[in-house]
Order: sequence, then C-alpha cells, then structure tokens
Amino acid sequence: MSVLSLTNRKKVLQKRKLTFAESIYLPAIFSGLMITIRHFFRRKSTVQYPEVKKPFSKVFRGRHILKRDEQGRENCTACGLCAVACPAEAITIVAAERKKGEEHLYREEKYAAVYEINMLRCIFCGLCEEACPKDAIYLTEETAPASYSRKDFIFGKDKLVQPLGTSAHPKTFKPYVKDNKPYQYKNPVNTKI
Amino acid sequence: MEIMWIEKILLVVIVFAISLGTAAYSTLAERKVSAFLQDRIGPNRAGIFGILQPIADGVKLFFKEEIIPANADRFLFVLGPSLFMITALMTSAVIPWGKPLDLGGRMFDLQVTDINIGVLYVFAVVSIGVYGIMIGGWASNNKYSLMGALRASSQMISYELAMGLSIIALIMMSGSMSLKEIVAQQSGELYGISFLKGMNWNIFYQPLGFLIFIVCAFAECNRTPFDLPECEAELVGGYHTEYSSMKLGLYLFAEYVNMFVSSAMMASLYFGGYNVPFLEMLNLPYNVEVFVGVLAFFTKIIFFIFFFMWIRWTIPRFRYDQLMKLGWKVLIPLAILNILLTGFGMILTK
Ligand code: SF4
Ligand code: SF4
Repeated sequence: MSVLSLTNRKKVLQKRKLTFAESIYLPAIFSGLMITIRHFFRRKSTVQYPEVKKPFSKVFRGRHILKRDEQGRENCTACGLCAVACPAEAITIVAAERKKGEEHLYREEKYAAVYEINMLRCIFCGLCEEACPKDAIYLTEETAPASYSRKDFIFGKDKLVQPLGTSAHPKTFKPYVKDNKPYQYKNPVNTKI
Repeated sequence: MEIMWIEKILLVVIVFAISLGTAAYSTLAERKVSAFLQDRIGPNRAGIFGILQPIADGVKLFFKEEIIPANADRFLFVLGPSLFMITALMTSAVIPWGKPLDLGGRMFDLQVTDINIGVLYVFAVVSIGVYGIMIGGWASNNKYSLMGALRASSQMISYELAMGLSIIALIMMSGSMSLKEIVAQQSGELYGISFLKGMNWNIFYQPLGFLIFIVCAFAECNRTPFDLPECEAELVGGYHTEYSSMKLGLYLFAEYVNMFVSSAMMASLYFGGYNVPFLEMLNLPYNVEVFVGVLAFFTKIIFFIFFFMWIRWTIPRFRYDQLMKLGWKVLIPLAILNILLTGFGMILTK
C-alpha cells in the first residue's frame, strides 16, 4: 500500500477466532489475578496529603511577592515594565512620587501607590519577574489561595509586599538567585516531566 | 426445654450480629482491597486503618434525605429493599458454624436449625431474594431501574439452573441434602489415605462442580464480572437508581450479606466447612477443637470474600449477550456433564 506513514510502527490488527484457551477465559483471568495480587503487595504511591506534602519543583512559579531591600524599603519604582511584559494584562499600577521623609519606605523617588495583580487573569508565566529591572517582583513557591468572590482574587499591596522585618522568606519564598545559570537539581527525581 | 430455646435465640442473635458485622466490615475491606490492588492506601481517616469507616458510612446514610419518587408505588418501593435484606439474612440459618459444643455432657449445636433439605432451603430463599430487586426496580417507575431489575431476574434464572445442577453432583456423592451431614462427611480421609485426615473435602472430588458453583455464585451475588443489574456505565445505578438514604443502604448492604453467605456456602459445601486437616493429631480438648474449627471456617469464609473482591478489581464486566451465552451454552452443559462424570465415577468406585 502506498499510504503515507509517519512512522513505520503501524500494525494492522485482524480479528481472529479465539483459541480454546482464550475462549474459556480462565487462563486469562488467572494471569490477571496474578497481576493484581502483585500490586497488592507493592509499595503504595499515596501521599498522605495534609501531613505529607509533595515538594514543588525548584522552579515552581506561584503567587507573587514584592520585595523589600535590606533596609526594609520597597524595591519597586513603578516603571510599569512588568505590566507591559504581562501577557495576561493582570497587573495594574498607579505610580506616586516619594515625599520627603518617606526615604525609609521606598528605595526610589517614584513608587507604586497601587499595585494590583488579578490572580484570576495571571497565568503564572513569570515574565513580570524577568522584566523587572529593580528586582522587585518575584514568584514564590506559594499557591494563590482559593476564595469565594472574584474581588478577593485581586491582590493588592497588602497581600503582595514582603512583610516588614523578613529578609528571605524562611519557608515559602523561593531562594533568590540572580545569575543566569539554570537551577541545579540536588536530587533529580522527577526531572522527566 | 426452656434453656434450649434461650440458647437457640442467643445463637440466632449471634449469627445475626456476625452476618451484619462481617458485611459491615466487608464494605471497608472492599475499599481497602480495591485500594491496595490499585497501589493506593484506601480510607484511613476514621480510626486507625479506617476501622470506624463503616459506622461513619452508616450514620451518613441514616441522615441522608429520604426520597420516594412521586410516581413510584410507595408500598412496593419500601418492600423491595426490606425483602432483599431479609432473604439475604435468612440463608445463614442452616449453615453449620462448627461441631456441637460440649456443655457439660449436653451437646449444643452450632447451627440455628438443621433442616434435612438445607441445600434446597438455601436455594429457595436465595431465589426469593431476586424479588427484592425485581420489586424495587419495578416500583421505582424508572426505565433504568426496570432494565436493571429485568437483567437481575433473567441472570438469576439462568445461573440458578447451572448452580443447582452443579450441586446435584455433590448431593449424589453425599447422599444427603442436610448441610450438617455434608460438612460432617468431609471430616474423613482424603481418597482413603489415612495420613490425610480431615482433608476429605469435596473440592478434591468435584473440581468442575466447584468451578461452576463459584461462577454462578458470582452471578447470584451480582458481583463483577456479572454486575450487570447495577452496571453504572449503562444504567446509572441499575435497580437502585431511585433509592436514597438507608433504603439504598439496605440494598448495598444486603449485597455484602449475600457475599458472606455464599462464601460460607462455598466453604461448607466444597472446602470442608469447619474441618481442619491434621487437627485430630494434636489431641486438643474437645471444646478447643470445636473453637479452632469455627475459626478455620471463618478463615475460609474471609478468604472467599477476599476472592470475591480480588476478582471484582481484576476483570471487567461481561457484555449481556456473553453473560447469557456463558450461562446457557457453557455452564449448563458443563454441569450436566459433571453429573454424568460423577455418576460414572460412583459406579466405578463402588
Ligand atoms: S506571572 Fe505572567 S501573567 Fe502573572 S502577572 Fe506576571 S507576567 Fe502577568
Ligand atoms: S515590579 Fe519591577 S517592573 Fe514592575 S513596576 Fe515595579 S520595578 Fe517596574
């Protein structure tokens, strides 16, 4: 046949009459039973969820954090590059000018008075993180929590800015790597995915 | 005389409690076994190993809303599950749970009643059980339920025949229909070899009969691969589509009671009931021996219940025409052949 085939792994199956052993079902049932009983004694793959949590991948992209620097000042300068980079148009920024006496709050002369990310629009692509020139926005290892109403998914500065007095967040926030090296896996278990 | 009555009533209560208890824990076991066969763990939140899960399920079913469809026949709708449950529980009356206990010289039978047609009684009661399904399915006034009920009854009729025929060969050998007799006969020596005492089990004489019996038992209990009456994929829920609350609970529960009873039947008809091989060599006190026998019987029953589940989570369901073909064209001729072979065997060994 001159039918074009992408691979030559195609097999033509023809329905044939069952042999006697097949038609009495019993050998097949028996071998099936042997297969299932082997699984009976196998190690179980269940993860006991609330007690045991599967670790996320090292490059997992979760909800965002707006970073502060070592002196506790917000990094963001409201340049809007993240909003431009965002393919889902999830980020809304209103800029404001730093007043005298606010130097301990904001690192640059301009800061974001309003910084909102709509978590229902966000696709967690991480492009905002890549676009930011001020190391201000990062995607953490935390998932955005579920909620009942739409407006609760618009995360303002109250939810996004890194809490005062914390440096690198102990547990949930991704370690901060600023070179272009790809992340090194310590124990490459699930790298196939 | 009165003390006899009290003892009997006590035994009835115990058997009742054991049947229900085993059925309740079969529901948990089913979920555990299915989980283990699929590399999961199964319910383990209610108590350790999910020990309290059946209670939680029961309480949940009790508190569910009770719905009787507007166009259903109310009386029959309620009668269906009750009948199914009652017949499921009635069968356990003739099963001999052990040798008679020796209560200071007086022998106490561990069997509720020894009817001389015990096997026939079981068959009669089991075949009434299908009315529970039939009535429930018909009274629901729902086409899925009716289809399920129809399937259940035609399946019952077809497989009851083969099952009865497979038992006939066994009865020809034992010469008695009393279950007590049949079990007692299996305590002898296998093939007359004096070493194999207590191994005179019918399975060694009737392997084909047992095979037919077990296939039919699966069909009678509506278990996979013959669970067409409730086949979720085609019939929503089959005959219990319209049922809710504890009436649904009764249907589901009676299935497990049925499973328990047919496991007990298989164990006592073919696997020697309470007989334990080589037990007499240990020279135990008589009552201890009885106790070990009862334990052995329950071990056999539990193995068969496990086997029911093992099969369920291994093979898929038959198609309806395959089911009928298997019943009429394969099992019934085989059962008749088995009767002939048994007859020849009996003549030759006489
Ligand atoms: S992660 Fe992607 S989609 Fe989400 S806010 Fe950043 S750029 Fe937009
Ligand atoms: S987060 Fe970064 S990119 Fe976005 S406005 Fe602030 S400084 Fe600019």
